[in-house]
Amino acid sequence: MAAETLAPAEAERAEQIVAGEHEGLVRMAVRRFTRHRLAMLGLVTLVTIIAIAALAPVLLPMDPITPDYENLGMPPSAAHLLGGDLSGRDVLARVIYGTRVSLIAGLGSVVVFVSIGTAVGLIAGSLGGVADQVLMRITDIFLSIPPLLLIIVFISIVGAGLGSVIAVIGLVYWPQTARLVRGQLLGLREAEFVTASRVIGVREREIVVRHMIPNIFGPLTVVATFGVASAILLEAALSFLGLGVKPPTPSLGEMIASARTPSVLQEQPWVWLPAGIVIALIVMSVNFVGDGLRDALDPKASRRG
Amino acid sequence: MADPAPDGATPLLRVRDLVKHFPIKGGLLGWSRVAAVHAVDGVSFDLARGETLGLVGESGCGKSTLGRTLLRLLPATSGSVELEGKDLFAVQGEELRLLRSRLQVVFQDPYASLNPRMTVGEIVGEGPLAQGMTSSSEREALVRELLAKVGLNQTHIHRYPHEFSGGQRQRIGIARALAVRPEMIVLDEPVSALDVSVQSQVLNVLSDLQEELGLTYLFISHNLSVVQHISDRVGVMYLGKLVELAEVGALYAHPRHPYTVALLSAIPEPDPTRRRKRIVLGGDVPSAIDPPAGCRFQSRCWLSERLGNPEKCRTEEPQLRDHGPGQVAACHFSEELTPAAVEAASTGGSFGDRALS
Ligand SMILES: Nc1ncnc2c1ncn2[C@@H]1O[C@H](COP(=O)(O)OP(=O)(O)OP(=O)(O)O)[C@@H](O)[C@H]1O
Ligand SMILES: [Mg+2]
Repeated sequence: MAAETLAPAEAERAEQIVAGEHEGLVRMAVRRFTRHRLAMLGLVTLVTIIAIAALAPVLLPMDPITPDYENLGMPPSAAHLLGGDLSGRDVLARVIYGTRVSLIAGLGSVVVFVSIGTAVGLIAGSLGGVADQVLMRITDIFLSIPPLLLIIVFISIVGAGLGSVIAVIGLVYWPQTARLVRGQLLGLREAEFVTASRVIGVREREIVVRHMIPNIFGPLTVVATFGVASAILLEAALSFLGLGVKPPTPSLGEMIASARTPSVLQEQPWVWLPAGIVIALIVMSVNFVGDGLRDALDPKASRRG
Repeated sequence: MADPAPDGATPLLRVRDLVKHFPIKGGLLGWSRVAAVHAVDGVSFDLARGETLGLVGESGCGKSTLGRTLLRLLPATSGSVELEGKDLFAVQGEELRLLRSRLQVVFQDPYASLNPRMTVGEIVGEGPLAQGMTSSSEREALVRELLAKVGLNQTHIHRYPHEFSGGQRQRIGIARALAVRPEMIVLDEPVSALDVSVQSQVLNVLSDLQEELGLTYLFISHNLSVVQHISDRVGVMYLGKLVELAEVGALYAHPRHPYTVALLSAIPEPDPTRRRKRIVLGGDVPSAIDPPAGCRFQSRCWLSERLGNPEKCRTEEPQLRDHGPGQVAACHFSEELTPAAVEAASTGGSFGDRALS
């Protein structure tokens, strides 16, 4: 081993450094996250919900679309554990498939708005000057359009459907992310460790890549997590209003919408209540996880840890 | 290596009439310049190779701004800084980036000054890599050597800043500065954030390194007793101006500016027979936005008050005058600073804590 040339040894060492880096910080974050009781509770709930939504259709095949006229508005029974909806479709199957749709819409639109927002914020915050001014004014314009107006116009042009929902939610939420990323970058520009690397002669581009961008991942993860909750709520609201996924695709928001009929609201709670409970559980769990992540990922909180 | 100039012939650093004003923007759109903070207002001094110049003064008097302007972290409003005859303000771009290695800095806050997401090895090794002084294969050995130099465990090279105490973090900051083989280091209150017991350890590391490497220090502090032990000369700043500059012995033995006298009287002295009586400065530091005409210290000056507030103090700005070898002070009435005058201005209490903190 000792007689080996320098190159493999160097590669090995570089690997060790990279591996060590991730272990150290990740382990610390995990330790702090697991100390957060509500966050752990939220995580367990969320994982369970995701597992059910992902696996149930495979393990116990159910049909959320085809109506069973025997089951029309029927209360829970052995054949249909959560009863039937107003078209005779199995409520349990629809809740599970609706949860899938909600989760896909939530995660998908977060990917969309975090990508757009991060790109815009990074360009504005690291280039500064005219690029910054132009991008931030565009961001301001988007922020000043009432979201519902934006959504209705967009959907009426592009048409309803899961893809449009994801796109339009992404469009509504990206400006906040852009502002956050830009603000973080501007703050980091003044951070003492950034000044210190400037003094030792690190190039500006490397400062952005090595010192600034890695330090916005924490806040960005937190925003993305809370964003999942907001996006799921917005998707439910859109489906409730008929602007969301196209029927008969199940959606939690559309199921809750059936409670708009007073008799259903009062006498057939099994039609809408399960969907409401699942949404509340998802949103609450996601928010708890977000709280936990905020504490776990803040390097400043580790001061004397 | 080859240094034809005899020792002390050209100063390492030559600062002349350095001015740094921060404009205050106003007007409807915030575009017009309505005033300026006179953070540094015409400071001149030389720094010989291997020397330590202490820089003291109350919070907000412009010490850090002076340091940052020297380091080209802030653009100067006017004035010049020469590093061995080379005009620092004329250098730009890649040349500036490479020149930066000669002039380093250690900051006050051991937490804010280290990137929390980089290991010690990455932090300390970054400079030499950026400066092309080492290859990535030699980096680790270099970092280990530097860690040993500042008294840190070499095996901690893969640890993150959060795994260290404040004093250890400050040593990492020192190692980072040393890594690019600087000639001079601006130490901006490097021990102010540390526990007293740790302060002296870090100060010792700095002294040892200076001796070993022939470093030149600009040591900024608001604590005169810390500065006394590490400095060869001390400069006293008040509201953006250097009001006195002298060898450390002369400054402490016979200060020639009433502000220096007041600062010295506030140092806690454990030996009761040598305890100075304390001069408490009344009033607040005037605003740096609109510094008073005449002597800037006049509104709080006990000596001026004792002399019946002479007209000259309010109208004429005092210039630095010579008072013996290497000692300059900017006071119209330095000659009136007799022991009797100081005695009469002092309050009875001698237990004053640092008036500067
Ligand atoms: N970036 C800035 N913009 C505007 N004003 C500034 C800026 N930096 C410093 N100042 C002002 O310049 C003056 C000098 O500040 P500086 O930080 O140099 O003081 P200091 O002597 O280092 O004080 P301290 O002991 O508190 O560190 C202060 O009035 C401060 O408010
Ligand atoms: Mg300062």
